[in-house]
Amino acid sequence: MEGQVIELAYALDTFYFLVMGAFVMWMAAGFSMLEAGLVRSKSTVEILTKNIALYSIASIMYMLVGYNLMYPADGNGFMPAISFFLGADNEAADVIASGGDVYYSALSDFFFQVVFVATAMSIVSGAVAERMKLSSFLLFCVVMTGLIYPIQGYWKWGGGFLDAAGFSDFAGSGVVHLCGAAAALAGVLLLGARKGKYVNGKINAIPGANMPLATLGTFILWLGWFGFNGGSELMVSNVGEANAVAMVFVNTNAAAAGGVIAALLFSKILFGKFDLSMSLNGAIGGLVSITAEPLAPTPELAAIIGAIGGILVVISIIVLDKSRIDDPVGAISAHGTCGIWGLIAVCLSNGDATLGAQLYGAAVIFAWTFVMALIFWGILKMIIGIRVSEEAEEMGVDVAECGMEAYPEFKQ
Amino acid sequence: MKLITAIVKPFKLDDVRTALSDIGVQGITVTEVKGFGRQKGHTELYRGAEYVVDFLPKVKVEVAVSDEMSDKAVEAITQSANTGKIGDGKIFITNLESAIRIRTGETGSEAL
Repeated sequence: MEGQVIELAYALDTFYFLVMGAFVMWMAAGFSMLEAGLVRSKSTVEILTKNIALYSIASIMYMLVGYNLMYPADGNGFMPAISFFLGADNEAADVIASGGDVYYSALSDFFFQVVFVATAMSIVSGAVAERMKLSSFLLFCVVMTGLIYPIQGYWKWGGGFLDAAGFSDFAGSGVVHLCGAAAALAGVLLLGARKGKYVNGKINAIPGANMPLATLGTFILWLGWFGFNGGSELMVSNVGEANAVAMVFVNTNAAAAGGVIAALLFSKILFGKFDLSMSLNGAIGGLVSITAEPLAPTPELAAIIGAIGGILVVISIIVLDKSRIDDPVGAISAHGTCGIWGLIAVCLSNGDATLGAQLYGAAVIFAWTFVMALIFWGILKMIIGIRVSEEAEEMGVDVAECGMEAYPEFKQ
Repeated sequence: MKLITAIVKPFKLDDVRTALSDIGVQGITVTEVKGFGRQKGHTELYRGAEYVVDFLPKVKVEVAVSDEMSDKAVEAITQSANTGKIGDGKIFITNLESAIRIRTGETGSEAL
């Protein structure tokens, strides 16, 4: 009988990982729609291609080597052991013999993790939109998902030195979002702004082509985030864990809602208008802000943490623009600025976390990712270039890079 | 024959079309265009950056009429498209050299 209960719990927790992982996979669709809505129509095909390709490259690279780098059998805290391909899964007899210590399928853990690396990578695609060479981006994907992300992931979730230092990051404000934003920032700095964005000291608006898609994308991300945070509890098969998962869902929702309302009101105060695109960023910023600790806060505190994230994302977008750093979708702000805030906010509700350890973790993740990304973007820039030609940018990367229009029946 | 080209505000299109139909004008071609005359554009805000929308959406209405109908058509358009506010549009009249109905080959005022 006890064996049956253990098997049932194993099955439930495995199922939980798989379903939550599927929710996070759905975030890839969310990013695709959000980005497609915020770029011009002449760049739509290219950004969609980037999104589906990066998800696929992440899936393969993480399966080949990334997962084993991040969760190695061996490592010294800084350098994981290198191994390739996924191992075998658990046998029922071993599971029962473990008394429930082994409580989920090894492959379900891989599946749950692979969708996270894809999320980190997709943060980059929005920031470099409309002017990056597709091939350079895809090559960078290989390095980011096969090396850069897994190593810093190992340092925290793989049991490396950041974990040992007391750095706390429940679902990845740092490991996923700040990491993605750092890689994006490095790329954007080497890439330069879109042509016509900053002219004669003026910041020109380049409005997105499709607000319904952008909004749809944001809602999809919001839904997927229940898997992102909820699944990171890693277990659901007893009362304590089930309640914890419920709390995580509630807090995640509250933070997103707080982020939207704060961004909406803040943009009304700043610009005199309720800015939809800012409120969409507010939702994402709120979600990122709670991702480091969605369990410990009360729902009220979670909403406030999200709201602060919503205000920070608006400020960050404006500051980046004033600094002539062109981020068409606000990815660096939503994932980077709010990622750092999310790590700091852990201290508001988690007594085990210290501000020092949180800042340490943020600094290490940012420094590693930013420097490595700068190196690889730099190598790509030297060898094949990372920016499309001026002519291609004028014509639109859809036609220039992909040979295809998103809306071929709509004449200019 | 005359070709009457009228640039009007988009929401006035239905009124113009009805007015022309009422006086017996049977054919009409409509194009969506952008433009401005002395009506200035307006400023919009996108993520904190201001941008000026100079070109305003308008609708171009073209009708081919006989010389006798020309004045009545102009009057019909003027009355139906008028709002009294700036940006109501303009009417241009050009001489139409010839017209042919493709299906039957009729020419001249029989083609109108």
